[in-house]
Amino acid sequence: MTEQIVGTSAPRKEGRDKVTGAARYIDDISMPGMLYGATVRSRIPRGTINSISYDPRFEWGEFTTVTAHDIPGKNCIALILDDQPCLAESKVNHPEEPILLLAHEDPYLLRAAVDAVAIEYDSLPPVFCMEKSESRSQVIWGTDNVFKKFLIEKGDVDEVWASAEYIVEGEYTTGAQEQLYIENNGVIASFDAAQGLTLWGSLQCPYYVHKALMALCNLSAEKVRVVQVETGGAFGGKEEYPSMIAGHASLLAMKSGRPVKMVYDRIEDMAATTKRHPSRTRHRTAVNKNGEILGGEIDFTIDGGAYATLSSVVLSRGTIHAGGAYHWPNVRIRGKAVATNTPPHGAFRGFGAPQSLFAMERHMDRIAQVVGISPIEVRRRNFLKPGQTTTTEQVIREEIDLEKLLDRALELSDYTAKKAKFTFENPASALQRGMGIAAFLHGSGFTGSGERYLASVVGVEGCADGTVRVLVSSTEFGQGTNTVLCQIAAEALNLPYESVSIAQPDTDQVPNSGPTVASRTVMVVGNLVRSAASGLKQTLIASGILHSSHSPEEFRLACGRHVSGHGVLRSFARYEAPEGVFWDDEKYRGEAYASFAWAVYVAEVAVDRTSYSATVQDFVALQEVGRVLNPVLAQGQIIGGVAQGIGFALYEKVVWKNGRMQNGQMTNYIMPTSADLPPIRVFFEEMGNVHGAYGAKGIGELPMDGPAPAIVNAITDALSIAFDSVPLLPEDIFEAVSKTSSRELLGAGKR
Amino acid sequence: MAAPHETDGRCVISFTVNGSPRTVQVYPMQRLLDVLRKELQLTGAKEGCGEGECGSCSVLVNGELVNSCLIPALQAEGARVTTIEGLSKGPHLSALQKAFLNCGGAQCGICTPGMILSASHLLSKNPEPTLDDIREGLAGNLCRCTGYMQIFEAVAQAAKQSIAKPEAERPENRA
Repeated sequence: MTEQIVGTSAPRKEGRDKVTGAARYIDDISMPGMLYGATVRSRIPRGTINSISYDPRFEWGEFTTVTAHDIPGKNCIALILDDQPCLAESKVNHPEEPILLLAHEDPYLLRAAVDAVAIEYDSLPPVFCMEKSESRSQVIWGTDNVFKKFLIEKGDVDEVWASAEYIVEGEYTTGAQEQLYIENNGVIASFDAAQGLTLWGSLQCPYYVHKALMALCNLSAEKVRVVQVETGGAFGGKEEYPSMIAGHASLLAMKSGRPVKMVYDRIEDMAATTKRHPSRTRHRTAVNKNGEILGGEIDFTIDGGAYATLSSVVLSRGTIHAGGAYHWPNVRIRGKAVATNTPPHGAFRGFGAPQSLFAMERHMDRIAQVVGISPIEVRRRNFLKPGQTTTTEQVIREEIDLEKLLDRALELSDYTAKKAKFTFENPASALQRGMGIAAFLHGSGFTGSGERYLASVVGVEGCADGTVRVLVSSTEFGQGTNTVLCQIAAEALNLPYESVSIAQPDTDQVPNSGPTVASRTVMVVGNLVRSAASGLKQTLIASGILHSSHSPEEFRLACGRHVSGHGVLRSFARYEAPEGVFWDDEKYRGEAYASFAWAVYVAEVAVDRTSYSATVQDFVALQEVGRVLNPVLAQGQIIGGVAQGIGFALYEKVVWKNGRMQNGQMTNYIMPTSADLPPIRVFFEEMGNVHGAYGAKGIGELPMDGPAPAIVNAITDALSIAFDSVPLLPEDIFEAVSKTSSRELLGAGKR
Repeated sequence: MAAPHETDGRCVISFTVNGSPRTVQVYPMQRLLDVLRKELQLTGAKEGCGEGECGSCSVLVNGELVNSCLIPALQAEGARVTTIEGLSKGPHLSALQKAFLNCGGAQCGICTPGMILSASHLLSKNPEPTLDDIREGLAGNLCRCTGYMQIFEAVAQAAKQSIAKPEAERPENRA
């Protein structure tokens, strides 16, 4: 037996290349004869294109120019609904919408040429906010501005109001958030009539891009090859957008006959690509005298921007998570994604759940306040327990004990003592300190029947030298895909970690193991890697050249013998939905997720009475994610997610003007630096899970859900003023404090 | 790039890069980042923002940490430049590089070269930094993946190592 590999902090597979600078990202790659590509974009939010003219001082014959008329296939980014054009033809629906493409060998001249294309428009009245979209005073998408609606109904909520001791209402909003991967979107496309189209890029989902390029370029599956190169951060921001930039580079490559590189600069990336959906959630909850939820209505609305893209799926996850980690005997949840004339909003870690969970966790504190119990007690009394059902009536079969998680988080954060101390010290202090809790869950994998439709396939290859290669389209962009999938294969085959490698995601070489999204890679794909590895072992055993209990050396010899005798040795595994899993896509009822990750986060904040800035002083992140397969990587995921959550709560504000981001630079869109963050203390609790490879559940998105509500609850605790929106900037706090103090003054005057 | 032309405004710059003398023909205001990446194929320094905010393009010039996206090539004339490629000697990683690997200091890796050079600069000035020194020392390098904690741990771990330090951390290379 080799040492157990799963559960240890095996070093990152591609780590050495990353610390030496040898790792090659898309902008580090050049090709002979390569041109650079650029995009001419709409300057207005909504209107029709009248004319396009070119500054005569440029030698336009030297440029490759592509408009919608040059598209060989369908002018759309194929995804869910094919409503988004690759290049606007006659109408534009958002600022920065791509209209025309240019390529040239000189990137500096190219930049000047983009400004030398003049487009005349007839403007139409734009819609910039959800409320205006809902009013339908302008219909900008479909017949009613609505991309998608969901309705979840459990029990009979109309019956609960009469028996309620309290009816608690609240409205909560969250802003757009930029993924802010440090590497901007970028691709290189190359076309050859015989070979077809090859696309290298910084991306999460090679087969999404593959599908989009087939439709756009009118090419068969064999004539499109998509290769993921080292990717410098993604967080969802490279889930759907790469299909757009890949389409653009491909059109230029097909027309020019030369390889074309398109890499956005920061300003273009921030202004033109997707962000987290802004949201508004309304809660109306019936509560009994003990603070137990009898039932309620939740109205969850997100701003999808100008085209449908992934909004329906983001809405789905947000709607299903809207009831949080609590038991709702009766509930009605309405979800709606509406259109506005801003660039489409898209995937970002958490995918709708951070928005609706922010509302849920703020609302729990509001319920506590109305009922007159503590934020701890209100949660304790409403937590989901094994055997109870979620809002979609999924029975909790996991042995989860949320009260135990809560107790441990309170202990780790020294909650009670600190809260008492702050209550005593705040009145005489320039720093107002407070404590806040968020308890929540995050579903692992695709929602409902999603995994069944994906039907992911994974391969494991035994090589002549006895090493093993994992074949998946699942991508590495920092989370640790390469490392953990290799650990799983090594464990399943009783091989040293060093004997297992992972193939570069290349649609010509690897099967479609599905997109790298939805916290599904370790749980779903990892389980398939384990199955495929077992299949490989079974093949060798069935051939009579390996015993079921074998040493790595025996495996090496058997593998070598098999390959020399029979050629390539590969084993594949395809996803099959577990039996008895029920999901109704129409009624949105049933087993929404194969499993949930659970967490209780505690934030300690301090608000400075002079500057009104709020800072997080300490952060405890305790979660139950099943078995932790690689502690260092898992901790890294949690800390990184919490840091992004702190940014979402306190720093990261997208400033909009006429549907365009005004602060699209790192200078004025502020993400947390090393000096801004508190100690982020990460703890895991393993409570057992039947799903996933070696008992692992999804982990990547979970940490994005909890920080914003925990922090805002803490600020509310510190100042005794309810805040219901993020981001919460010093000016927002100042305004609220000023209003409260003037009210207090007025009140004092009356006496 | 086309062959240099006498009248195209380019000038000759000689400097030392990772210990080797190099001569390039560049436009005087060309960014040092582009000279390193395009003329010398040293692609370890990355462009994250192009305005000196993210620190992904960090390199050492005469032992000082700079954002190479803000430095005109002309300013590198005669200077000693160290990039991430100069930090390890053959297969041997520096103590910092090893610590980044062990502690999870690199995730997507795009900020890592700049972050390691920044940490290397910090340790050259302050071999025994406190946690606050590390936080402050790295505040010019943005990382979106890690939330920094494991980077702090890596820098602290490297500081504790007594193994031979690479060129950039040697006292003679300090400013």
